[in-house]
Amino acid sequence: MPAIEILGLEKTYLVGFWRKRPKRALRPLHLTVEEGEIFGFLGPNGAGKTTTLKMLMGLVFPTAGTARLLGHEWTDPQVKAQIGFLPEQPYFYDYLTAHELLDYYGQLSGVPAKDRKPRIEEVLAKVGLTDVKGVQLRKFSKGMLQRAGIAQAILHNPKLVFFDEPMSGLDPLGRREVRDLMEQLKHEGKTVFFSTHILSDAEALCDRVAIIHKGELRGVGAVEELTSSVQGKVEVIWQGTQIPASMKALSAECHVTGDRVRAVIQENQQDAAIDALRRERMRLIAITPLRTSLEAYFVEKLQHSQTTAGTSV
Amino acid sequence: MSARIIHIASNTFREAVRDRVLYNLIAFALLLSGAAILVGQISIDIERLVVVDLGLSAVSLFGVVIATFIGIGLVSKEIEKRTLYTVLSRPVRRWEFIVGKFFGLAGTLAVNTFFMAIGVFAALLYVAHSFSRPDAMILVALYFIILEFLIVCSLALLFSSFSTPLLSAVFAFSLFVIGSFAEDLRGFAYMSHGITKWVATAAAFIVPNFSALNVISAVAHQQPVAMQLVLQNSFYALFYTAMALCGAVLIFERRNLK
Repeated sequence: MPAIEILGLEKTYLVGFWRKRPKRALRPLHLTVEEGEIFGFLGPNGAGKTTTLKMLMGLVFPTAGTARLLGHEWTDPQVKAQIGFLPEQPYFYDYLTAHELLDYYGQLSGVPAKDRKPRIEEVLAKVGLTDVKGVQLRKFSKGMLQRAGIAQAILHNPKLVFFDEPMSGLDPLGRREVRDLMEQLKHEGKTVFFSTHILSDAEALCDRVAIIHKGELRGVGAVEELTSSVQGKVEVIWQGTQIPASMKALSAECHVTGDRVRAVIQENQQDAAIDALRRERMRLIAITPLRTSLEAYFVEKLQHSQTTAGTSV
Repeated sequence: MSARIIHIASNTFREAVRDRVLYNLIAFALLLSGAAILVGQISIDIERLVVVDLGLSAVSLFGVVIATFIGIGLVSKEIEKRTLYTVLSRPVRRWEFIVGKFFGLAGTLAVNTFFMAIGVFAALLYVAHSFSRPDAMILVALYFIILEFLIVCSLALLFSSFSTPLLSAVFAFSLFVIGSFAEDLRGFAYMSHGITKWVATAAAFIVPNFSALNVISAVAHQQPVAMQLVLQNSFYALFYTAMALCGAVLIFERRNLK
């Protein structure tokens, strides 16, 4: 059973003084996320990521389409007991302490009274806020608020967690901790759906990603698929500073860095390259398929969509 | 009542307390004790009347100001600060949120009124040295004032569910002022003719009738309040509050939280 099934959700806002001018925030979106996945929802600012998340959370009503979460209609309030949500740049009741905030959210999520206190202590420790649990949130930094936001999203042990820009406002150490936390959630069998425009985070974490731009889905797939070998090329690295003639003959692009040479050749020439290095008695260090980065794929998709939009005008 | 409504109401009450809303009690206590001392010195035989009149009017005014200015921010502030997102993404229905907020504010005002009532009775005891039987009617006046607060709270919530805090404050306070002259408006409607009569009659029945809830002057003059009026006012205030809350829920249920 998929954890998330988005079936043609779309959103058009009516803008202008008389609210007569339609503005399409999201074109019909079809997307499936399997259970236990870490799924990245990527796109530049204003792409429609937050609108999609808000619709799934019931904060914004779709113009058309529907969705199913954990096999149930997404509007079913009982499904929400199994869902965690971290909004973008979260802001909480600043007169509450971190402990009181989590207690309140625990009550609203239906966490039994006897389980609440130990669970709160556990999540506070998980996000590194144990020392400041008695401090009012108005005294929290942006990064600490983000951690409190993550704590409230996982407090009730949800099966499905939505994070909207979870790394926002965090320092490098905090980002690393959030990445570790997401991996931990995955190991616990939970599904994590997160939106970001920080591609390195998505590349490091996600099983699959979707790219959205101007409210339209531009691509979806496993990170390995999207970053698969560039036009069938491999990277060969060997020890030394010499470039044998036989390697040059393979039309290799070679670069010497320190005591290593890095060459990029066609995939079907890798046996010939190994033979050539063996003949020259050079020490082969690695042969790896050359992958495009997720960033390159992302930029290509965005440029492609802009070109398409330009020609269609 | 759903447990979630109780949790939302208690959090709203806690917010009001921590935002030092109950500090108004200090101002009220200063006002009343100052008035009691002053009245004791300058009035002859009307100390009781002045203290009851001034005390109950202050209870009403302080409460209406609190109900309006907290009520208008109850929903709009949560949307503006996005605190609502983490509440409504949980198994909380939108109507539960509105009703919880209403009870939270109503509870704050009830506690506030309780302490102010103690102040009124203390000031009365100071100037009159003892209580008499007609003083029990002060409790009826306080009950009517609480009914008045329920209406103002629900109206502030109604406006807050679709408008900005500033406009909500203007709408709610304007309705309070017009509603305080509802009997005059009805009198005007009765004497008018043609389209004016229709418009004035409609307006007189739409605006809340706060003048019927104001028995401060009668109580100060030690006049009794009829049980029929107590029942009528109770039914009217609860009905009006329920209608305003239904309106708030209907609007909020359809609102996109952008």
